[in-house]
Amino acid sequence: MDTFVQQLINGLTIGSIYALIALGYTMVYGILRLINFAHGDVYMIGAFVGFFLAHGLGFAAEPSLVGLGVTLVGSMAAAAVIGMAIERFFYKPVRKYARMTTLITAIGVSLLIENLGVVIFGNAPRAFPSLVENKQYALFGRATIDSTQLLIFGVSVALMVLLEWIVYHTKVGTAMRAVSFNLNSAKLMGINTDAIIVFTFALGSALAAAGGVLTAQYNPTIYPLMGIITGLKAFVAAVLGGIGNIPGAVLGGLLIGAAETLVVGYGQLVGIPSTYRDAVAFAILILVLLFRPAGLLGTTVQEKV
Amino acid sequence: MPSFAKRAAAAAVVVVAIVVVNALLSAEGLFGFGVPRYWAHVLMLAGVNVILAVSLNLINGFTGQFSIGHAGFMAIGAYASAYLTVYHGQAWERQLSGAVGEAAAGFLVFLLAIAVGAVVAGLAGLVVGVPSLRLRGDYLAIVTLGFAEIIRIVILNMDVVGGATGFTVPGETDFLWVGSFAVITIIVVHNIVRSDTGRALISIREDELAAEAMGINSTRYKVLSFVVGSMFAGIAGALFGHYTKFLSTADFTFIRSFEIIIMIVLGGMGSITGSVLGAVVITVLPEFLRLLPTVGGFNFADLRLVIYSALLILIMLTRPQGVLGEREFGFNWLRRAQKRPEGDEAVGAGGGVPIDERPARTVSHEAGEDVIKGVEKR
Repeated sequence: MDTFVQQLINGLTIGSIYALIALGYTMVYGILRLINFAHGDVYMIGAFVGFFLAHGLGFAAEPSLVGLGVTLVGSMAAAAVIGMAIERFFYKPVRKYARMTTLITAIGVSLLIENLGVVIFGNAPRAFPSLVENKQYALFGRATIDSTQLLIFGVSVALMVLLEWIVYHTKVGTAMRAVSFNLNSAKLMGINTDAIIVFTFALGSALAAAGGVLTAQYNPTIYPLMGIITGLKAFVAAVLGGIGNIPGAVLGGLLIGAAETLVVGYGQLVGIPSTYRDAVAFAILILVLLFRPAGLLGTTVQEKV
Repeated sequence: MPSFAKRAAAAAVVVVAIVVVNALLSAEGLFGFGVPRYWAHVLMLAGVNVILAVSLNLINGFTGQFSIGHAGFMAIGAYASAYLTVYHGQAWERQLSGAVGEAAAGFLVFLLAIAVGAVVAGLAGLVVGVPSLRLRGDYLAIVTLGFAEIIRIVILNMDVVGGATGFTVPGETDFLWVGSFAVITIIVVHNIVRSDTGRALISIREDELAAEAMGINSTRYKVLSFVVGSMFAGIAGALFGHYTKFLSTADFTFIRSFEIIIMIVLGGMGSITGSVLGAVVITVLPEFLRLLPTVGGFNFADLRLVIYSALLILIMLTRPQGVLGEREFGFNWLRRAQKRPEGDEAVGAGGGVPIDERPARTVSHEAGEDVIKGVEKR
């Protein structure tokens, strides 16, 4: 039982990072019906910007809350700008074309970022400096939670609450929901839909970058291709929760994280080696598509002709 | 419809061409003339890539579904066929050679291995295709990408096929095999596309809802096209494995899938000759990039993938239908130029504009609805 609780804590830690990234996928999909393949790479960029900020501003030497805050906010801001640039220069020009074209463009952008990353940063993994002091806290006597995990939970929950507030309690959030509901009608109501789309990309990219920096605190190796698998899993999380559905993305992320860690922890008992951890998300995806394609919290929408 | 004599002549030309190229590529050469070893290698890979590109074009170009896991099916074909030749090949050859002779036995066993690779890859295509193709296209992209990764992980964990250390395979493939299967792939895909089935596939690509309304079982046709495409990817994998004589999962990463996509996007989605051209260009391009001087510490060959991805985006931004679009190139234009009398203008529904040159109908999907430009909505 103790190890089960421990595994669950570890799983939810990874899960909350998946959730942060899944939010970006789900928001963009909700508005543009586009799988933003480059989203996982924005997460990678977030981690790298954090790496250079932490080293450049001298936070790498000693863990400090100020350093953490500056690194986190700095990389979120940088990623937001990059997300907006991706939308403006790559997605906007192809928005009017068929869905296949936007999809290929998204894949192209993702590959461009990854391969530029390999050329610029090199293929070798780098060690991300630790920005929080590592402390272990006993939980109910037996299981432990360390300061990094607490940080990840705390920051993710704070960001999710912030997002909830933006989407449901501000004017721009109302506009986002309107655009997601029907882009043309929103335009007729005087909403600057282009601005809302750009804002959505900025918001999603900032969340992904936060995920990148937080992951790097938990698992400090960063490399240019780190966004591929994590991005895919986060997308699966979004589909699992119901793509386009914001609470669904969070639920999906947490579930995928937990499922993955439990397979690593207990998979041997049923004959699944722990090396299959990366396969778990895709197995879940295929099951979801078979039995509940709209996702756990999603509703089936009839396609209008 | 070409006459039987014409067809027979064309077949004879193709067979002779494959035999001649095979002799040129072989170590001995043809009458002392041979292609340098290195370029022979590049040409063999180009042949395998033609099979991959043409088969992926059936799925992506003609059916309008988006698979980005072709390398996964290629891996399945490669490993399944290699398993057969490594563990059973020699025994079966011994048993068969008594009945049909040694050379024929080797031929039959390898043919069987390729067939097994194709069938296993096709079955995998069925398993992946049925759940994801029931839904809208986007899901297939993610599922195939994920599936290709799963395949890699599973193979890495299978010690019977070498796992992480790689798998040594007997060399069986020469250009006779690769060339023949490339031609077979082209003929099969061409015939599918020109048949009733092909019309159904193209109608699904153009408008799935409308196709359904016309009574086409879109899921059935999408799965069919996906399974056929996967089978040929399996064949390509089998040929590839028995040519390189060594299989490693590093050969089947998403980068391989991506290369196949850029081949068909470059050539044109929905053009068979385009994908052949794209496959050859993308296989040969890195060799030319290698010849360019090194600039600022970067050799252009190292920038290959950056160039590919930039090219992919550029094509999408400027010419989303690919360089050739749906056009096929061949020698028909010569014949057409001879036939058409002077002053004869084409007439018809397109206002005299040949179908190829009419502006593409743009479909956008703002607000979750497909909006077709130029059609009024009530």
